[in-house]
Amino acid sequence: MAILVVAAHDGKAVRANVANAVAAAGQMGSDVTVLVAGSNCAEAAKSAAAIQGVAKVLQAEDAAYANWLAEDIAPLVAKLAPNYSHVVMAADSVGKNIAPRVAALLDVAQISEAVQVVSPDTFVRPIYAGNALATVQSADKIKVVTVRPTNFKAAPAGGSAPIEQVGGEGAKALSSYVGAELSKSERPELTSAKIVVSGGRGLGSGENFKILETLADKLGAGLGASRAAVDAGYVPNDYQVGQTGKVVAPDLYIAVGISGAIQHLAGMKDSKTIVAINKDEEAPIFQVADYGIVGDLFQIVPELTAAVEKK
Amino acid sequence: MKVLVAVKRVIDYNVKIRVKADNTGVETANVKMSMNPFDEIAVEEAIRMKEKGQATEIIAFSAGPAQCQETIRTALAMGADRGVLVQTDAELQPLAVAKLLKAVVDKEQPGLVIVGKQAIDDDSNQTGQMLAALLGWSQGTFANKLNVADGTAEVKREVDGGLENIKINLPAVITTDLRLNEPRYASLPNIMKAKKKPIETLAPDALGVDIAPRLKVLKVEEPPKRKAGIKVKTVAELVDKLRNEAGVI
Repeated sequence: MAILVVAAHDGKAVRANVANAVAAAGQMGSDVTVLVAGSNCAEAAKSAAAIQGVAKVLQAEDAAYANWLAEDIAPLVAKLAPNYSHVVMAADSVGKNIAPRVAALLDVAQISEAVQVVSPDTFVRPIYAGNALATVQSADKIKVVTVRPTNFKAAPAGGSAPIEQVGGEGAKALSSYVGAELSKSERPELTSAKIVVSGGRGLGSGENFKILETLADKLGAGLGASRAAVDAGYVPNDYQVGQTGKVVAPDLYIAVGISGAIQHLAGMKDSKTIVAINKDEEAPIFQVADYGIVGDLFQIVPELTAAVEKK
Repeated sequence: MKVLVAVKRVIDYNVKIRVKADNTGVETANVKMSMNPFDEIAVEEAIRMKEKGQATEIIAFSAGPAQCQETIRTALAMGADRGVLVQTDAELQPLAVAKLLKAVVDKEQPGLVIVGKQAIDDDSNQTGQMLAALLGWSQGTFANKLNVADGTAEVKREVDGGLENIKINLPAVITTDLRLNEPRYASLPNIMKAKKKPIETLAPDALGVDIAPRLKVLKVEEPPKRKAGIKVKTVAELVDKLRNEAGVI
């Protein structure tokens, strides 16, 4: 079966999670093609070709694809889709925006956030904020699937797939890109960081997040937050870890002042090792933590930072 | 401009769900049901547009069993003007709901449709995008801020790296993210008034929509439970465990 992976990219390289999507696609069929659509995306196409398991890269150059507007990208994907049994995207903000639009254009269902490929037509996906897992089977001719990157080990580098040019579909002129307000950070990206330090309402203010920043920088960690902390305005929205934010599965997750609401746990409970720091010993976060420490985070975090430093 | 909002009846977000013993689904009998929280944000945004004089009428749409009337009533009590219920006891998946919505949009001709970005039961995050595709409209998903003027909408979207601004032509479909607004509570007088507001009931057949599910749910299970670990007394002990037991730092 031929699989089409639709890759998001920044012009220079495809997103890291494309390697996870390729790995997932490899479990659905053996012939994996990656679509790289954009404006001046030759470098990104080359990076896709270098992922092991990729048989071919399709590069679609069109000014209309420069900013990944769903109205313009979805018709291109839908036009290519009939040559494939599956269309796969990583379940990030790009995949979630585009994949359902593609599915509707094809008159097929979409499978959201697959965490396991049971067989080419059967997938496991979380429902109810991860409190249940549904196994669903698709009867559609083309399966449009978004996959949760953290559940599929990234395909390694070392491939050398041929790159083929495909024509663009032009702009639908329904929407235009104005600009972005991206968080500037030197820290590793949350979803690919090996260590994540997250703060919750217990921090009390955005100012107090500084103590987490210091710890995160000592550990080379990404910085996250609970929904409560984001809603309270302590940190920007892209810090949010949880069912409706980002799903992370680092080697080490340190939850500071986070009580552990169900929807937060859904976003981090696949982490290898979880540490919880909270003053409330009854906090639900301790039920999933490997190591818990009860106490005042404003004492414990600086102590931990110092101890890590001493190494 | 008419604004159509879609509201879904789901298990209340405070309820801890239980997977049925026969693994066919999640227990919904005798469980508190409420409006999907993301849809409350959609209703609130429509009401604010009406208060600003940008919307003339707000239609609250729902699809599902007769009890969805209650969900529509909640929207009416918040400030929507009238309701449309596509009533069916059949299982509805996102593509089917998008098709039902399209049929109602064709009839009502709203200038804007606002829906929650996802429902907290199936967590699909599909219906809005699918509806936009079926209508050939633009889409402003995961909206953090919405500004409608002169036949276009400026949408600030919550994306992976932060926020993104797009400008889209109307008519359009907007899907709401958490920070778009804080929904109001319905006041008692408004709850009373909502009882008199009209709700039209339609059947999927009458709309000519095939709602047959495309995905077959083979089983629903509880996720593997993570075992609680240990509590440590000191930071030194924690660092020792992380270094020598877990080997993660």
